[in-house]
Amino acid sequence: MDYEVVIGLETHAELSTESKLFCGCSTKFGAEPNTQVCPVCLGMPGVLPVVNKKAFEYALKAALALNCTINQHTNFDRKSYYYPDLPKNYQISQNYYNLGVDGYMNIEVNDVMKKIRIHNVHLEEEAGKLIHPDEAGADYSLVDFNRAGVPLLEIVSYPDMRNAAEVENYMYTLRKILLYTDISDCKMQEGSLRFEASISLRKDGEQKLGNRVEMKNLNSMKSVLKAIEYETSRQSELLDRGEKIERETRLWDEIREKSVRMRSKEEAQDYRYFPEPDLLPFVIDEKWVCSIKETLPELPLEKKQRFVESFQLSDYDAGLLIEDKILADFFEECVKEVNFPKVFCNWIINDLLREVKEKKLDIALLKIKPAQLAALVVMINKGIISNTIAKDVFSEMINTGKEPKTIVEEKKLVQISDEGLIDEILDKVIASNPNAIEDYKKGKKNALAFLMGQVMKETKGKANPKLVNELLKNKLDS
Amino acid sequence: MSLDIREIEYIASLSKFVLNDEEKRVFVSQLGEVLLYIEKLNQLDTENVVPLVHPLNMVNVFREDEQKESICREKVQSIAPSTMGAFFKVPKVLE
Amino acid sequence: MKLLSFTALQIKRKILSREVLTADLIKNLFERIYKVDPVIQSFLTLNEDDAINKAEEIDKKIANNENVGLLAGIPIAIKDNICTKDLTTTCASKILRSFTPPYNAFVIKRLLEEDSIIIGKTNLDEFAMGSSTENSSYKITRNPYNLNCVPGGSSGGSTAAVSADLAFMALGSETGGSIRQPAALCGVVGLKPTYGRVSRYGLVAFGSSLDQIGPVTKDVSDAALLLRVIAGRDKRDSTCADIAVPDYLKDIDDGVKDIKIGIPAEYFGEGLEDDVRAAVDNSLKIYEKLGAKIVDVSLPHTEYAVAVYYIVANAEASSNLSRFDGVRYGFRANDIKGIDEMYCRSRSEGFGKEVKRRIMLGNYALSSGYYDAYYLKASKVRNLIKKDFDAVFEKVDCIVCPTSPVPAFKIGDRFEKPLEMYLSDIYTIPANLSGIPGISIPCGFSKEGLPIGLQILTNRFEEAKMLQIAYAFERETDFHMKKPKL
Repeated sequence: MDYEVVIGLETHAELSTESKLFCGCSTKFGAEPNTQVCPVCLGMPGVLPVVNKKAFEYALKAALALNCTINQHTNFDRKSYYYPDLPKNYQISQNYYNLGVDGYMNIEVNDVMKKIRIHNVHLEEEAGKLIHPDEAGADYSLVDFNRAGVPLLEIVSYPDMRNAAEVENYMYTLRKILLYTDISDCKMQEGSLRFEASISLRKDGEQKLGNRVEMKNLNSMKSVLKAIEYETSRQSELLDRGEKIERETRLWDEIREKSVRMRSKEEAQDYRYFPEPDLLPFVIDEKWVCSIKETLPELPLEKKQRFVESFQLSDYDAGLLIEDKILADFFEECVKEVNFPKVFCNWIINDLLREVKEKKLDIALLKIKPAQLAALVVMINKGIISNTIAKDVFSEMINTGKEPKTIVEEKKLVQISDEGLIDEILDKVIASNPNAIEDYKKGKKNALAFLMGQVMKETKGKANPKLVNELLKNKLDS
Repeated sequence: MSLDIREIEYIASLSKFVLNDEEKRVFVSQLGEVLLYIEKLNQLDTENVVPLVHPLNMVNVFREDEQKESICREKVQSIAPSTMGAFFKVPKVLE
Repeated sequence: MKLLSFTALQIKRKILSREVLTADLIKNLFERIYKVDPVIQSFLTLNEDDAINKAEEIDKKIANNENVGLLAGIPIAIKDNICTKDLTTTCASKILRSFTPPYNAFVIKRLLEEDSIIIGKTNLDEFAMGSSTENSSYKITRNPYNLNCVPGGSSGGSTAAVSADLAFMALGSETGGSIRQPAALCGVVGLKPTYGRVSRYGLVAFGSSLDQIGPVTKDVSDAALLLRVIAGRDKRDSTCADIAVPDYLKDIDDGVKDIKIGIPAEYFGEGLEDDVRAAVDNSLKIYEKLGAKIVDVSLPHTEYAVAVYYIVANAEASSNLSRFDGVRYGFRANDIKGIDEMYCRSRSEGFGKEVKRRIMLGNYALSSGYYDAYYLKASKVRNLIKKDFDAVFEKVDCIVCPTSPVPAFKIGDRFEKPLEMYLSDIYTIPANLSGIPGISIPCGFSKEGLPIGLQILTNRFEEAKMLQIAYAFERETDFHMKKPKL
């Protein structure tokens, strides 16, 4: 039997504010356990939350970037459940009036654009971290509350995705948007970006959605995709056997690459949402929305479109450039210096990215500056250095951040374009290679290449190849 | 509205209480009595009434994103029932 | 011991003039506490050493002509659900038996800034849930006017202490009348400020949208003084209003000429005891004599207030009290296996019956399928109750009515009868639901010699006017000067 897979994603992203959502504790990752805590984020008796304005505005920014309608009246709600990493045993979240609703995000799979609708975007507080000791037979767990209260953005999509490729693209596109808007560092390995998927199957052509299974504990994009693959075959096998899919929550076991039941619908948690009485409501007027809109950067897909149109780049090249906003900005800075978009594009996606990969560099901390790459390209264009030399200079620029001119001068790499000097060298090469001259005269084309090589060897590659070629031909043919 | 034992057990589980049979029986009658009293609210038509959550008419209260000093861990741990190293210790949590 | 029967303002004058040394005052006071409190049982924790040190500091400051605060040298008792740094704060609950907060409540910070002296923490119904102070896990406080009667609650420890001259002033807290009702029953002044007037930071939450901290004092002027100190903006409480705090003493004796007093028929109906009715009627006559105009008004949704309150307050409480889980502080049960057993046993052993009842009720009202019928419905009716007041305050300056339908009742009389107990707050609850301020002042005695309280309610943030109206009555009468025979 053929089934259609229906997938929706819930995304959690920690916002990169200095302080937590409801108190002044630091949000910095990796501190000593329980050193970034205070009575508020530890949920001590009598303490009260006060909302971090930046976190709120970051959430607004994300909602707008995802084309949501901003609820003019919004508020926080309490979501109750007991877990030792949740200090108050309720999470301050949003349920009844989410900050942003009814948005969408475009994804592109195989050159086809698809709109994935966003159900809502809301703000909530992060939980702490539970540590389960490795030692055999340990009857305890440990809690670190450093993460408790870090602002967390939740983005809930509609079940609009139909296969793993769409899901993969959704995750990458969303990640790019969050990075472009500069509201989260999206480091999956640090848990600042996480996904949960809900997956259901229905017979091809069927309208009604099947019972959905919610997948938790997906620690990387790879596990999301693997879990979808696993769940698709698990569910279709069940359906083929005529069994029913139960609505349930399952945990992904990364090591065994399978999902296991966490709880059924009957055991579903009763969260007892109600409006957070410790926080007053929020009224978001048009003016506020506009001022946040003004801070929105050009988003990845728009940027790509513009690169294709204004710089005549191929869709593929533009796609590579916008993959990282830093690269795209680097590119634009270069073009502003000299209008050679295609040339810069090649330098960036070939040479720059290769160096980054080989030397394991952080793109955000590159030593080379756009103006320097532009200067290098100008030197090539003016014939001051050859393309070949330029590659070495570039590599040096990546390592040291020095100006190309300085490197060329220090290493005496200026191209030799002095006809007299080249003439002298030619005479010397011709004199010492009579056999090659013979061959050339017999019509052996590769003799010319050999002689060129000898000249380059003599000049350590600095001779202007075009000029050498011209002068050598003249000399031999005369 | 009256409550039965099963409902009392469900609410007790939400509340994280263990109740003995006597307590359950008492709660069935006491809470049932209160709920019966509360039913008088149904005499009112509130179809077009906006719920009042806060008695204050204030909105948009924020703090700036400023980092403040955290509390010293030793101080926090000194009032905790159980700790281990830098952590709070709890019975094993099964995932 | 005459010194101890002075009001706070009177003793402050004596301290500032160096007629009385604060250190001596404190020693005298603790002598009386040791003598009288074993009978009254108003304190849970005493802060004697710290109080003596603080008193000596203040005496030194005064001797050196240094500036001192508004409450210089005044001994004050604190309800034990208000967090005091490094001083045990139990909420009269076993679950917080030895809890010492690493922080001060905003109001405590203010009291210390103004040089008052914290003498101890007072008894209450566990987590402020009750109207008799019988629901304490530690002791039953007695009414100084009749030791067989309750002091009212939940701030019964604070009101009994002030009534018995064991403290010059005290802080109480209200969710549904927990300052005004015990103040009435103990013959002292109790004031619940407008919701948002005083920061709740450090007040262990019961019903977050209802809770307020307020003064318990020997007279109206003292209440005005204490309110001025504790009121005002606190950045750590989002629900605390940024509205300037006036000097409430400044125009306190402006009188009530041409003041319009609203009398709501709904507060004089069935259940109101004759002695209380007579005392309130008499009070209205005094007001009329002073030039106030009495106007009949109606608050038609009053009869629903108790029902609304028990849903809203307990829904919020069920959530507020979920943090007591044995993980980070407080009581954890012994010999537990597994996390759920830790939660269930710690909470079952740590909380008393009334607290459990309310948590259960609150969780029921919020649980899946019941939210609309209970919490949402109650929140809507709450709005109707607020609108009743809004309409009345268009027409009158204040409402005057009884604080409690009955004087102090016998210990044990209403215990374990939740509904009956809940109904003792019928006249105080509406002010909490709508956020308006209220004050209870002594206005007479029952045939049995038990105090009766008169309640004055005004519109939001009109505490100055409320105090002025209360003061006009007090100046004309001597009910507040009566002392219990101990």
